[in-house]
Amino acid sequence: MAKVLVVDDSSSMRQMVSFALKQAGHDVTEGRDGNDGLSKAQGLKADLVITDVNMPGKDGLELTRELRKLPDYKFTPILVLTTEAGPEKKQEGKAAGATGWLVKPFDPEKLMSTVNKVLR
Amino acid sequence: MSMDMSQFTEAFLEESFEGLEHMETELLALNAGDEETLHTIFRAAHSIKGGAGTFGFSAISEFTHGMETLLDRMRNGQQETTPEIVNLLLRAVDVLRGQLQAARDGGEADPAEAAEVRALIEATLGDAAPDATPDALAPTVGGNVDGSGPENGPGDSDGTPRGWRIHFRPHADLLRTGNDPLRMFEVLEELGELTVHCDAEGLPATLEGYDPEASYLAWTLELRGDADRADIEEVFEWVEDECDLTIEPLETAGDSTGAHPPADPAPDGSGPESTPPGGEDSAAGAPARAASKPTESSSMRVNAAKIDALIDMVGELVITQSMLTDISEQMEEDPSRVEQQIERLRSGLAELERNTRELQESVMGIRMVPIAQVFNRFPRLVHDLSGQLGKQIDLQMEGELTEIDKTVLEHLGDPLVHLVRNAIDHGIEMPDERSAAGKDPTGRVTLEAYHRGGNVVIEIRDDGRGMNSDRILEKARAAGLLRPDQNPEPHEILQYIFEPGLSTADQVSDLSGRGVGMDVVKKNIRGLGGNIELHSEPGRGSRVTIRLPLTLSIMDGQLLKIHDETFVIPLIAIVESLQTEPENVKQAFGKLPLYRLRDEYIPVVDLAALFGQAEPSPMPDRALLVVAEADNQRVALRVDDLLGQQQVVIKTLETNFRRVPGTAGATILGDGQVALILDVAGIARMTSGRDTRAA
Repeated sequence: MAKVLVVDDSSSMRQMVSFALKQAGHDVTEGRDGNDGLSKAQGLKADLVITDVNMPGKDGLELTRELRKLPDYKFTPILVLTTEAGPEKKQEGKAAGATGWLVKPFDPEKLMSTVNKVLR
Repeated sequence: MSMDMSQFTEAFLEESFEGLEHMETELLALNAGDEETLHTIFRAAHSIKGGAGTFGFSAISEFTHGMETLLDRMRNGQQETTPEIVNLLLRAVDVLRGQLQAARDGGEADPAEAAEVRALIEATLGDAAPDATPDALAPTVGGNVDGSGPENGPGDSDGTPRGWRIHFRPHADLLRTGNDPLRMFEVLEELGELTVHCDAEGLPATLEGYDPEASYLAWTLELRGDADRADIEEVFEWVEDECDLTIEPLETAGDSTGAHPPADPAPDGSGPESTPPGGEDSAAGAPARAASKPTESSSMRVNAAKIDALIDMVGELVITQSMLTDISEQMEEDPSRVEQQIERLRSGLAELERNTRELQESVMGIRMVPIAQVFNRFPRLVHDLSGQLGKQIDLQMEGELTEIDKTVLEHLGDPLVHLVRNAIDHGIEMPDERSAAGKDPTGRVTLEAYHRGGNVVIEIRDDGRGMNSDRILEKARAAGLLRPDQNPEPHEILQYIFEPGLSTADQVSDLSGRGVGMDVVKKNIRGLGGNIELHSEPGRGSRVTIRLPLTLSIMDGQLLKIHDETFVIPLIAIVESLQTEPENVKQAFGKLPLYRLRDEYIPVVDLAALFGQAEPSPMPDRALLVVAEADNQRVALRVDDLLGQQQVVIKTLETNFRRVPGTAGATILGDGQVALILDVAGIARMTSGRDTRAA
């Protein structure tokens, strides 16, 4: 069981991701957008962060950059959810400090196999 | 693991409808170069696209892709924001709304319109930058929607090597992105038998300058088994730019693969489920159709504070209940002290009554939604209409946060659209006509909602040319709604616009054309238990006032006794109740008696006779009358007694019996008795002989 922070401004997406993670026995905290995610992250010491990229206020890349500045999140796996499969977008995520990405659309199986790459 | 995605589909659709509404509002407010607004619109399109793909609506996802690309260009300044583009995007919003509705209700969206809009968007994209229609979508949707992902069959029969040798030398920064070689090796271990050799030569010789957060090691790994090369590449997918990586076959089982390792899993793993381009439609289309089909009102969002209030109230109810239980126990234990307990019982019951009422109010409150949900569609309507008609219109909306029952709200849209459309179409004059009349060339249409009494009032006002009551009178006479000798008040004349005979008569513009369908509007409003009134001043404009009940299922009623039966009359319909004075009764032979109330003669209805409880009886000198009003008509109802007032739950008679003229349904009283609810407007029609249905 791991502590996972799921940040997405779309509640259906957030619900789906959370549900799949909870079914796998993980402890999920949800963030509604980048700012909410950042404040939830502090004090949580999550084992994994999954964040959408396009969000109002603070987007997923900014969130990733700011998380990496926090001692607790220096090496924490951060996965970004992106709709773009192109190398540019992936590179943007990497440059911000993301561990990896998950390209939308994805199904719960794909989500869990990706999560299992970083959660052991 | 398999998971039922349909449980999130509804949430996705609801959120997408909201997103669309948002997009529409922002598009209407969009000014050229307004970057922040463009970001917001882009995000809405982006979310819909991502969600649609994930929840299996590939057509929606594909359609949104073009919009998204266009919006991306606009926000990056590669595409100019013109009124044409905005209108195109608004059309696209409509298409998308149709597609989402089809996804929700199981119907079918208009494919021709979708194709046309899509082609227009693509043409626009082609104009702006011919090189750049992104190809990212096709592989994305196709590859993952069917769930096959990377787990294509390993093609074990023909020449997959028995294993792979992997040289992996992370760059110094690899750890800083949260990637961990150890976890990667663990994943590799699941693919086969793994041996790991660590090469520590890269470690600095001394601790000086050693960075504990950097990566210095390299590894050579041997993976035995029938794993695909693609499986291995996937493990290193995220770090390919942060390491030196070579993957080579250990030894091969056949010559062909030795020369050509299966870098691409498709050729040998081509089961029926792993052909992305063809599989896309069938695989993604199926869940779309199989998804649950919630009806319009099957789900709604509720403010969490409302739920909390409910929980509080249930808590109080539980306390009251245990108090009452305690009282009954004490009464049983010590019957001699029943007297003392009665007082406690009374206060307990009073408490219960209060709890029940509060709980009822809160539960009703859950169904209440802000009227903004309907008002929101009007900026778009006004934008489109003013463009089409060449009129300048300023739309004002007030009281959007006024709450109204969700069911009422859902049925309010069409009538309101009709009224606003009429106000713009026929009420507001062309700019030069307005200028000539000394008015502001920009016409004003106001939508306002507010609570008054137990009602929601909605007003639609315009400052246009108003209505010509002479013409309406003429039309009403021509339609046989009025005898030539009848001369109603100007205010009453206007109400004839809601009569079916008049409204469909013809659509001549000097009648402001407002007749069209106004009877339908009125019928809809009446169907919601409301009423509608019209005021107009020539040259100054018109005002339509709609009064609606807060909820459809509960109303405040006055209980009446008529010939030993109890009836309920909606409190809102009562003007006053009075004892008759003999000198004010006018009884003409063969006609309804009239009662003079101040300077008005009101027909008196013998309800007992009307409902067949008794033979018609002449009016006694002193009778009890309830003067009621509906649809601008007053009737005096003769009743035997006035009982109490209470809230009643309305039950329809039609479900189990049939419509009974003069009644609006029935209710069950506290003592279990069934009481009919009077329909004042229906009674007025029956007595004036204008209701053919009553026959």
